[in-house]
Amino acid sequence: MASGIRLEKLRKSFGATEVIKGIDMEIEPGEFVVLVGPSGCGKSTLLNLIAGLETATGGAIRIGGKLVNDVPPRDRDIAMVFQSYALYPTKTVRDNITFGMQTRRIPKDNQQAALEEFSQLLQIDHLLDRKPGQLSGGQRQRVAMGRALVRKPEVFLFDEPLSNLDAKLRISMRTEIKKLHQRLGKTIVYVTHDQIEAMTLATRIAVMDNGHIRQFAPPADIYENPVDLFVAGFMGSPPMNMLPGVLCRNGAALAVQPKGTGLRFPLPRPLADRVTLQDGDQVVLGLRPESIFAAETELPGENRFVFEEAVEVVEPTGPDTMIVFDIGGTEMIARVRPEDARPEGTRFRFEVDMTKAKLFTPDTGQAM
Amino acid sequence: MRQRRTSGIVQPKGLRSVLMRMGLFAVLGLFCLYYLLPLVVMVSTSLKSLAEIREGTLLSLPQAITFDAWAKAWDSACVGVRCDGLKPFMWNSIAMAVPAVILSTTLGAINGYALTKWRFPGADWIFALILFGAFIPFQVVLLPMARTLGQLGLAGTVPGLILVHTVYGLAFTTLFFRNFFVSVSDGILQAAKVDGAGFFGIFFRIVLPMSIPAIVVTVIWQFTQIWNDFLFGVAFTIGDSNPVTVALNNVVNTSTGVKEYNVDMAAAIIAALPTMLVYVVAGAYFVRGLSAGAVKG
Repeated sequence: MASGIRLEKLRKSFGATEVIKGIDMEIEPGEFVVLVGPSGCGKSTLLNLIAGLETATGGAIRIGGKLVNDVPPRDRDIAMVFQSYALYPTKTVRDNITFGMQTRRIPKDNQQAALEEFSQLLQIDHLLDRKPGQLSGGQRQRVAMGRALVRKPEVFLFDEPLSNLDAKLRISMRTEIKKLHQRLGKTIVYVTHDQIEAMTLATRIAVMDNGHIRQFAPPADIYENPVDLFVAGFMGSPPMNMLPGVLCRNGAALAVQPKGTGLRFPLPRPLADRVTLQDGDQVVLGLRPESIFAAETELPGENRFVFEEAVEVVEPTGPDTMIVFDIGGTEMIARVRPEDARPEGTRFRFEVDMTKAKLFTPDTGQAM
Repeated sequence: MRQRRTSGIVQPKGLRSVLMRMGLFAVLGLFCLYYLLPLVVMVSTSLKSLAEIREGTLLSLPQAITFDAWAKAWDSACVGVRCDGLKPFMWNSIAMAVPAVILSTTLGAINGYALTKWRFPGADWIFALILFGAFIPFQVVLLPMARTLGQLGLAGTVPGLILVHTVYGLAFTTLFFRNFFVSVSDGILQAAKVDGAGFFGIFFRIVLPMSIPAIVVTVIWQFTQIWNDFLFGVAFTIGDSNPVTVALNNVVNTSTGVKEYNVDMAAAIIAALPTMLVYVVAGAYFVRGLSAGAVKG
């Protein structure tokens, strides 16, 4: 049975700078929670607080219902995988993996059994007599995971474990970590700045910024219903287009008119109903690149809006081609099929699926 | 063995670079000669008989090699009134230097480890104060140290000298280890903490095995300093407890009888041999330690 983690009004200051500013969070047993955010948002500090490598300035940390604020890392029933792998350079892979069991005086037979089980699972059983210096990056990563797994703790903490791997290896390790979670069912808290890692791995994502949690929700929710401009801008690659404009009447319906243009993006019903602002108020219209495509290339649907702009830059990525264009001074990106792309300078007819549009108030950044 | 790193590097060819290279080696050879000359004179003089020394010049090589001077320097030269050679004093020096090196290196390693990896408020201040000790000249501590040794009842003994060298060496050993440990990744220590090791568990099982290069540097430095020390030896020991440096001085500066240059030279070389030995033995480890760290990662 895995343990849950509960953070209550957790605070951490380094000198005068407050890094964690009162975080409340409830992580269910067996959940895979990813902490994501830009550099310096406090995500690694939060992980270190859970690990016990930093002491909380205020608030409470509970693991499996037990208050652990003053419990040292060794007694928290956690294991951690570090960004730098932090393998012991003078020890063999075998000793690296069993060190935690040695310090806990676990009988040799049990150590051996655990070592065999996980070195086979991670396919490092042929490397046991090597030193970390003789391993490749991916192999070191596996050893670091083996060291964490072998003790069978209730909670695993991962601190950007894949950021030092090359792109291909990162994707395969990502899948392996997800498989491991499904297989072991332990609680995992995973820190990354890579939003694709966050989306693919998490059962719930906590988007952090400046010591706060902006949104804590399942990946699809974070992507589809971001609570504010920060979350909307952080998740998604290329990021969501943020088009500043004013609210206006377009016949019976509401629309958004981007600044300095005559375009009017009509708001679909459910969204328009939630708008509490008046005509002429400032808003930010959020459009994901994939909701803008070449006109008449998709089956017709409701709430489509077609407009024409000049293509400024064409960026092929392989499966899709990004087209950069400009609306009233705001740079926009559309994701079109490669065969629909047109060269720079040509006029291009774009179609927007307005049902996917988001609307934000510019001053607070909150979603409507 | 790995290929030499320079073997594949493209280098300029032609007369000019050949001449440059020859000039370079000529200068290097000259300096080599310059530095080796005193040693050559010492060794050659120690192998001559007294008669030959009187007849020949300083630079002439021995005609008939004899080890009599070495034998005399080792066990029958007169040190003060005692004529047992340097032998008993060599043992004094070993009995002093070995424990003093071990103690000061161990304590310095623990200091450096605590100051970098288990930081506490005021750690930098404490380090600054310890470092200050490295800049205090020997002469300044003579009197207070003499008082301390007297109070402890260690005056004039080898253990007293061990204490002096350990205390005085701490400033240097702490500095060496602190600077080494600063470069050791904190992640490794965090991993060890999560793995359940404590202060000394991490120190002995993780950190110390990583510090071979620092240990070797410190041991070479400390051994050379302590073995070669004359001032503390002459000030804090008497007669039979003198270290070899003091005994050597007493052999060479004896004012009675004929000046036996060959014995003086042999005695000086004998007194210097252990430091050379430590350098040769530990130096090999040192290079190995460096190249082990040079492997990627």
